[in-house]
Formats: sequence, C-alpha cells, structure tokens
Amino acid sequence: MLLLPLLALLLLVMITAISVGAAEVPPGEVWRIVLARLTGGGPVSDIATEQIVWEFRAPRVVLAAVAGAGLAVAGAALQAVVANPLADPTVLGFSHGAALGAVIALTTASGAALGGVGVSTAAFLGALLAGAMVFALGRKAGRMAPTRLVLSGVAIGYLFLAATSYLQLRATPTELRTVLFWMLGSVAGASWDQLPLVTTVVVAGAVALSLLGGLLNTLLTGDESATSLGVDVHRLRGALLVCAALITGTVIAVAGGIGFVGLMIPHLVRLATGPDHRRLIPLTAVTGALYLVLVDLLSRTLDRPNELPLGILTALLGAPFFLWLLRRNKGMDTA
Amino acid sequence: MRLTVDDVTVHLDHRPVVHDVTLEVAPGALVGLVGPNGSGKSSLLRAVYRSLRPRRGVVNVGGDDVWRLGPREAARRTAAVLQERDTTAAGLSVAEVVTLGRTPHHGMMGRPGASDREAVADSLKRTGAEHLAERDITGLSGGERQRVLLARALAQHPHLLVLDEVTNHLDIRARFELLALIRGLGVTTLAVLHDLDLAVRFCEQLVVLDEGRVHAAGPVLDVLTPRVMADVFHVAARVERHTDGVVRINYAADPLTALPAPHPVPPPAPNTWPGSGSGSAERSAAR
Repeated sequence: MLLLPLLALLLLVMITAISVGAAEVPPGEVWRIVLARLTGGGPVSDIATEQIVWEFRAPRVVLAAVAGAGLAVAGAALQAVVANPLADPTVLGFSHGAALGAVIALTTASGAALGGVGVSTAAFLGALLAGAMVFALGRKAGRMAPTRLVLSGVAIGYLFLAATSYLQLRATPTELRTVLFWMLGSVAGASWDQLPLVTTVVVAGAVALSLLGGLLNTLLTGDESATSLGVDVHRLRGALLVCAALITGTVIAVAGGIGFVGLMIPHLVRLATGPDHRRLIPLTAVTGALYLVLVDLLSRTLDRPNELPLGILTALLGAPFFLWLLRRNKGMDTA
Repeated sequence: MRLTVDDVTVHLDHRPVVHDVTLEVAPGALVGLVGPNGSGKSSLLRAVYRSLRPRRGVVNVGGDDVWRLGPREAARRTAAVLQERDTTAAGLSVAEVVTLGRTPHHGMMGRPGASDREAVADSLKRTGAEHLAERDITGLSGGERQRVLLARALAQHPHLLVLDEVTNHLDIRARFELLALIRGLGVTTLAVLHDLDLAVRFCEQLVVLDEGRVHAAGPVLDVLTPRVMADVFHVAARVERHTDGVVRINYAADPLTALPAPHPVPPPAPNTWPGSGSGSAERSAAR
C-alpha cells in the first residue's frame, strides 16, 4: 500500500514548504504552531511568526496541495472518460472556458464591479460551460464516442481561446498584467476563507472517483465490453465529465490556469501502479498534491524575491517529462 | 436458459440493419450466426447484450425481456466476448481483467470479495488460463487473450454467452482449441462465426443472416444447402456429413463460377434502402 507513506511524505513536504521563505521558520516550530491551531490552542510563538506561518504560508501550501490533487484527479478521470491518454482539463477545453470567464470578469466594466469574487465565479462558470458544451457536442444519438469528445473539447477550447485573445487585445496594460498573472496560475493570494469550498469539492470528487474505480476499469476494455458487463457507459461518462468539470472549475477559479498537472501526474502514477483506477485515483490525488506543493516552493525560491507563475513551472517540468514518456511508452503508438 | 429473439428490427444511424429477425437458442445449445459481411450479425448481437435497443421486437433471455431488465440484471444473465481491442488496458493483469466479469454482481462501488475471487479462479480453470493469471493482458498471444476474455465472460456466471467472431486473427490450432472449449462449456451460446468451415464443424444449428434478415435457420445440413451457399455466400459448395461423422464443406473445383443453375441475378434496384423490402421480394421471386 503506497497511499499511507505518500500521505506522510505529503505532510512532511507541506511542513517544510511552510517553513521555507523570506523569513525561515524552523520546521519544528511550524509543526507546533499548526498543531496548536488545529487543536484550538492559543499562540505558541511570537505574533509575527504565528502570522507568517498560519495566515500567509499555511493557506498557500494547503491550496497548492488541494489544487494539485484536484487537477491530477480530474486528468485521470478524463483520460478514462475519453479512453485516451492525452486527455486533461486543458485538452478538453475546461481550462480555456475558465480563462474566458476570468478574463471577462477582469476586463469588462461589469466584471470590475464584482471584484475578486467575480473572477472566481466567472472562471468556475466558464469551466462548467465548456464541460456542458463538450458533453452536448460529444453526444450523437444518445451515445458519446471518445474521439468525438476529445475533438469537441479541442474545438471548444480554440473557440474560447479566440474570445479570450480578443478581450486581451482590448484590455488596458494594467488589466492585461492581471489577466496574464491569473492565466499562468498562482496560489500566492490564498486565504483560509476560500479553502473550505475548494477542499470539499476536491476531496469529495477524489473519494467519489476512487469508489467508482471498479467501473472506470471496465471502460479500459472498450465501450461495448463495458456495456456487456452491465455498465451504463454513457451515463457513467456523463457523471465523470460533470465531476471533472466541477473539480477543474473550482480549482482554476481560485488558483488560475495551471497546466500539465492533469496530464503528467496520472501518467507518472500509472508507471508505478498500472491502470487499476481503484489504486490510481487516490495515489494520483496525493501525488498531484505533493507535486504542486513542491512546484509552488520552487516558484517562490528560484528567483527570490520574485515569484514565478506556477503555470510556467508546471509546463517547464511537464513538457520534457511528457515527451520522454511518449518516447518510452510503446502503447501510445496505437492508443 | 433459453434465448428467444422475436421479430426484432434494429436501426443503426437511422438506417435499418436488422429486419424482423426471429430466432431461438435452446438451453445448452451452441447456435452459430453466419452470413456475409454487413448482414447485420453484430448489430443483432448488440440488441441481445443490451447495447443497441431494437426499434421493434423483443429479446428474451430466461423468460424476461432484456430491455426491461436493468443493465446490471441483464449482465448477470448474458455475457459477451467481443472484438474490441483494449489497448488502454495495458498494465492490467489477467486476474484483474477476469475480475471485471464480476462487475454486475457487486454494487456500483463494490469491491470484489471472497466469492468473486472464487468465481475468477474457477473460470480461469475452466478456460485453461490459470497459468496466465499474473500476466499483463496486452502481452498475451491471440489465443491466450481470447481464453482470458472467455474466462471474464464465465466469471459473470451467465446463462447465455454471445460471441462475436472470437476466432478472428487466431492460428488454425488456436481456433480449433477455442471452439472445442466453447462447445464443451455447456452454456447456451449464440456465436457469430465468420469462418463457415468452423461453423459447420462445431455448431449443431445455424442461423443464416442476409441483408439483415433470417435467410434460413435450423440444423446445419438442412440450412446450408447448395442453394443457400450460392444465394447468400455466392460460392458453389455442398455441406455434407462425412463417414467420420464430421460435417464439412466441399467446395466445387471452381467455387466462383460453378454456381447451381439457374442463378438468379437480381436486377439493379436504385432508390431503395438496402433490404428495405425490395430485396426480400426479389428473393421470394427467385424461389
């Protein structure tokens, strides 16, 4: 069982990530502060350290973990839905839908009036809209063909991208900078009050998908075989698509556009455990969390005191990994 | 359990591909479904394993209309071995693949328990695939793979097996082995067989589909007359029981031209759906 050691490792890395920064806080002290807060105890350190650890860094690290877990699990679910190892929230247009929503909120007058909450909601609605469109266009005569789903997603993604580009072109330089920062993804602005919703959605989604692992496995044998095993393939696809769109929309709404996690992490885990979704989904969640916490740590330490956007780092790390995977994996030639 | 298909019509992309088909498979029988490419064999099977809803008619397994049963309930009665390539299953072991056959027996989120493991071990044994249990499904030979898929179907504890061209791409020895295994199972089976020579050897009964309709059905020797071989398969051949008791097809020296005379040449029928009535009219006129 790999899950428990990985969870322990995640905890260790999260504590380390909280301790590293402009002001170093020893891991032991981080641990004491976090433990005291979680058990409802009073301050155990000076006010400044308490504030750095609990108000600034802890929510950021938790959001990185939750976002990483969510994106990775959504990617694994989508790869099962379309029976294609190249699927992830970006390929299926969800991320582009979220970006369009966010850009509308950031660059138009009505969006500006709503403030930050408006950006999150708009991004969430954008991702859901993209999901609904893929769902509707991927269907034909009540059946969802995997290839049609992927291609619908790609086309919808380009459509949203065009609209997003147009809005960016008309944006003021200040707006444009905000848009760019958002699109490249960041957990720097994390606060405790935005965490409960995204954490609930990601954890509930990951648990539901893990429990459905046995059914996801039947999709590996092909649609007709899965049907003959008593699985309502089209209903299952619909449910998975909704689940993945909800997770992606919620994560992107608070953390911006972070690519490659949903593509890379499920593959990495598959290398170690094989395609059985009952193992794959939970391990993908924890590995995704681990990965994004580390990437966020890199993003704020590589170029101190500047921060690199997460999306740039995930692409820098993800693209070479993915190309390596494509070259070593013979199965991809036929998939 | 008995399978009865009663007056079933199936459409694919709004086009009729199976017309008013009625057939029956008695409990324990192995019935072969044969016919040229595009005659509607696979579509008819899909209506039986509850993948393609018939436009009209009833598919009845063990006394119930399968389209009125839920998908899981239907999958506990009918198991299928199909032609799909499962490239995405790379990394699943044979035991894991066979365990998928237990899906209709445990709940949506259920985990396989002791009875499931027993069923898996038992079906691997029945198909002679126990030694493959730990192998990767994508690393097997064609014959081994079909045994494993058959084991998965048996793990469903089905009352009816439907098989879609399971001998395709197999070596000749593997074909004989697979069909001997299937015949020995004693499970009610409807098998689409592309290979007529194997069909006449292994099945007691055949149903001949042509252009989506039942052209003939019954015991092999009654069904595959020289007339049917000529009209449906367009070859000159006789199907006979040899002195060793085995039914074989004897093809004419030149099976392509030595068709029994008079061979009716259907007139070209423009502006009609394939087989939408005019085809059957021609056929009855030809008789």
